[in-house]
Amino acid sequence: MKVVLRNVTKKFPARGKKDREVTAVSDFSFEIPDGQLVALLGPSGCGKSTTLNLLCGLQRPDSGQIFFGEEEVTQLPPEKRGVGMVFQNYALYPHLTVLQNILFPLQNLKGAEKLSKAEMNRRAREAAELVQIGELLDRKPAELSGGQQQRVAIARALVKMPRILLMDEPLSNLDARLRLQTREEIRRIQKETGITTVFVTHDQEEAMSISDRIVVMREGLVQQIGRPQEVYDQPANLFVAKFLGSPPINLFEGRVSGGRVFIGEEAVLAAPGLAGGEVTVGVRPEGFLLKADGALGCRLRGVEVLGRDVSVLAAHEACPGAVIRAIVNAQERPDPAADTVRFDLKPGKVFLFDKTGDQRLL
Amino acid sequence: MDKKSAKGWLYILPAFLFLGVFLLYPLVDVFIYSFEEGFNFASQSYYGVGSYNYAYVLRDPYFLQAVKNTFLLVAITVPVSTGLALLISLGLSSISRLRELYQTIFFLPYVTNTLAVGLVFMILFKRTPYTDGLANLIIGLFGAEPVDFIDGPYWAKMTVLCLYTVWIVMPFKILILTSALASVNRDYYNAARIDGTPAWRIFTRITVPMISPTIVYLIITGFIGAFKAYSDAVALFGTNLNAAGMNTIVGYVYDMLYGSSGGYPSYASAAAILLFAIVLTITCLNLLISRKHVSYLS
Amino acid sequence: MEHEYSGGLGKKRALRGLTYVLLTVWALVVLFPFYWMLLSSVKSYGAYNAEYIPQLFTLQPTLENYREAFTAVPLARFFANTVLFTLLTTALMLAVTVLAAYAFARLNFRGKNLVFVLFLSLMMIPSELVVITNFVTITELDLRNSFPGLILPSVTSVFYIYLLKENFEQVPEQLYYAAKVDGTSDLKYLFKVMVPICRPTVVTITILKAIECWNSYVWPRLITDDERYFLVSNGIQTIRESGFGRENIPAMMAAVVVISAPLILLFLAFRRMIMEGVSRGGTKG
Repeated sequence: MKVVLRNVTKKFPARGKKDREVTAVSDFSFEIPDGQLVALLGPSGCGKSTTLNLLCGLQRPDSGQIFFGEEEVTQLPPEKRGVGMVFQNYALYPHLTVLQNILFPLQNLKGAEKLSKAEMNRRAREAAELVQIGELLDRKPAELSGGQQQRVAIARALVKMPRILLMDEPLSNLDARLRLQTREEIRRIQKETGITTVFVTHDQEEAMSISDRIVVMREGLVQQIGRPQEVYDQPANLFVAKFLGSPPINLFEGRVSGGRVFIGEEAVLAAPGLAGGEVTVGVRPEGFLLKADGALGCRLRGVEVLGRDVSVLAAHEACPGAVIRAIVNAQERPDPAADTVRFDLKPGKVFLFDKTGDQRLL
Repeated sequence: MDKKSAKGWLYILPAFLFLGVFLLYPLVDVFIYSFEEGFNFASQSYYGVGSYNYAYVLRDPYFLQAVKNTFLLVAITVPVSTGLALLISLGLSSISRLRELYQTIFFLPYVTNTLAVGLVFMILFKRTPYTDGLANLIIGLFGAEPVDFIDGPYWAKMTVLCLYTVWIVMPFKILILTSALASVNRDYYNAARIDGTPAWRIFTRITVPMISPTIVYLIITGFIGAFKAYSDAVALFGTNLNAAGMNTIVGYVYDMLYGSSGGYPSYASAAAILLFAIVLTITCLNLLISRKHVSYLS
Repeated sequence: MEHEYSGGLGKKRALRGLTYVLLTVWALVVLFPFYWMLLSSVKSYGAYNAEYIPQLFTLQPTLENYREAFTAVPLARFFANTVLFTLLTTALMLAVTVLAAYAFARLNFRGKNLVFVLFLSLMMIPSELVVITNFVTITELDLRNSFPGLILPSVTSVFYIYLLKENFEQVPEQLYYAAKVDGTSDLKYLFKVMVPICRPTVVTITILKAIECWNSYVWPRLITDDERYFLVSNGIQTIRESGFGRENIPAMMAAVVVISAPLILLFLAFRRMIMEGVSRGGTKG
């Protein structure tokens, strides 16, 4: 099912006198092709959870339209939208068994949609098998691990065969090891069912690793929409560049002059055709090449051995108050006793932004 | 004893003394009293040991009347007050405007003097030569004959006693239920709504099970509290409850001890122990039944 | 925001309206007796008795009944007795409770666990069972119609010891060791560190106990028959049965207002604290 948002805006009125009105989502337009897994990514308060609530119908936009396929659902209440939702804390009913939890949505069906008991059981078991919790059906949620609870929540969301599946921070309540495993699992289930899925996360690694598309949001505004690699390689602005990537991008104060990019007094990169002026230079950690006669000289602060790679820590006046982190191949590690280290910059890993950070120049 | 232990004991000594003299010793003593037949307060003597005190109390028409009154009071006020409190708490948790104001008002009966406000109830319901009273005026609007709720027929007196008891116990129940309802995570309701659950099903399948431990707690404490009813009855009908036919078991105990028919600590003890046995039995039954129905304990 | 969309808008409005009606009705039921006592207390004796149909308001309010309430019966004395009784009982309870709770929470002594279990099991004893022997004890000690007789059996509250002990245990033990290293005595640590940190609980149990004292009726009734030692509850009962010569209901209501006012004012001042305290530990009804 294709999902379309058209100019959707949601504001929250001020509560009390001191509070001010908050625009949670502002003029959001976006189309999710059928069968894709999409991540809404951003820091807390960026409007991603509100977007999710707008999709499932728990909140209603102040303006704009939402379509599932060709059908407009903007004014439909949640129960008429045919969405499945997995809540951040799973919201499993603690007094019901796993099976009863999964059956719950089916028992709400009325009239022509009403299912026979046998049919309900069959579908519940099918959903349980899909998420591989077939043997836990008689347990209570409290007797399950976090990962198992997560699966039950997914099964409960899938059992009524929703048109789209929504997940709110699906991995945030799991420990690091389960997180890796579960995100593969979510990917597998989504692939198997082919249901258009939207999930919310603040963890860029999570978003990058499993989604077909990423929507990066900030303060209610969409910053960039694209495939994970695209967003990483071609960030639309400084915010996106900073938000994606671990370790984060290194930022220098620089300027463009005569078709070349300068950091301090050193010309580090050719930038033909760019107008001169002050810029912010962003360099991905893997964008540094150690070279004895490299273009950029930095004070060496230290070397961290990570195994396959080596992380070189350095400082530069154009990068005040921050440590420059470069990831280089372990064979090329610099002499830790040296005072300075020199790099060449890889062209595809260097971005130029205007001083406001709103626009990428290169 | 080493110095450290001595210090610890010194700290709990006051509490220990108070509890020992006024709680522990009396507990043992009350059983002894209840088996000492014909105990005379003045001469501190008795002439036998046995179950005569119990037999006497169980045959005493005043006691039987008190038991009847108490059971009736419990059977009516516990379900009514719990149900009404649940309804009001649901209402309270569904609104946001004026909520604090309502909560404050609803709590007022908790901090009032039972005896004092009982007087107000009395004058509202009492029929005197000068006036039929406000309550009669209101039921008169529906075409009913005026009736004296304070000195009149049994059912009328029982009605006003139940009304006053419910009025008194509501604040506690509303307070506890409201906070129980507030502690249910909103996501459960959101999840249910996305699944298209009708409101009534949300109430019976989610809300009630989630707060069922609280409901059970309120029913049990409600039973215990109603079984010990006394001062509300005194407030409405005066200290001579036996004459009014509105005595409660606790009232009977105090009357036996001191009061119109007083001076018999043995009978009082026997009656008190009977009350305790009743309360204990009912509480155990409650727990047994609720264990079957409350599947989820937080 | 949680309520957007649920059901049809009209149905929803109706339900919302019904909710407010229900709440308002109950609010009126709760408030009406208070209004009625205030109203009756300012109606003159003559006017009150002349109303065959009770009037819902009065145009000639009078304070005469209050004068009557304080002069015809020793209401001021009942009042003073109750204040004294409440203050002394609450203060004694606090001292006993704080010391015991501290011992259970922080001190180690032989038999501690046993004593604590004993204390806990005492919580289940209904006061109706022990009142009989206490009555005999106080009578034999010749303490009837005296403040010690009123106060002593009312002091202990196992539940408050338990509540405070739980709270004391939440204070990090490192603080205790730090104080010990600095050479602070246990008593000083208790009153300079523990009690201030646990102030909310201490205040809560103080208020709850004060409410309990102010409203206590059964024990004072058993142990006093001399009017000079009556508390307000007993006073009001005496007034009901024999006060003011013939039934002077406006004066009675004036007395009821005077008696009810302190707790209601206390409640309005400490509303949050009292309601939270009651939901944590109160039992009534």
